[in-house]
Amino acid sequence: MATIQDKKTPAAGGFIYLPLIAGWLVPGGGHFLLRKWGRGALLFVSILSMFLIGIAMQGKLYAGAHDILDMLGLAGDLGSGLLYIVSRAAGWGADQVTQTTGDYGTRFIVVAGLLNIIAAVDAHNIRTGRKA
Amino acid sequence: MLRPSHFAAVVLFALFASVVFGITQRETPRQMFRYGLYCFVLFVGAAIALSWLMYFIAR
Repeated sequence: MATIQDKKTPAAGGFIYLPLIAGWLVPGGGHFLLRKWGRGALLFVSILSMFLIGIAMQGKLYAGAHDILDMLGLAGDLGSGLLYIVSRAAGWGADQVTQTTGDYGTRFIVVAGLLNIIAAVDAHNIRTGRKA
Repeated sequence: MLRPSHFAAVVLFALFASVVFGITQRETPRQMFRYGLYCFVLFVGAAIALSWLMYFIAR
């Protein structure tokens, strides 16, 4: 019992939301801050690959919200943090989806953002001691 | 431009999503691996099963 409690004791000191914010900005960043190198590297590679494959498939990066689906897509895209900001600044991604693979690519980009949010929340849970 | 087949897209999607699910939803490395594998099999298996279902519906 004592062992389990010790294992889940949160790390001392620092801003408690830092791993959450770092994890949102850079995939796996929150885990790196918490010295979970293996988990962080796997999350980084998985989320970055998914995002870049989506871009390579000419997926669309949502820029504005004209209807509810656009709003949801934009929310998903924003989950990628810096990846989304850099990609928008670099003009990557398609403005209009004209092929089937582009539609798949759009979903890859949105899901990469959603997975990044899950990873960032996981880092926060480790930081607060809710998870080992 | 990257143009994977439908099945390749499914496998890539399942792989990346399963890795994240495994790491974030379980506590120990062993449990993470097992859950990630479970998710991957379910993703790909469900896609294959639904594809066959749609194939027979379309006939």
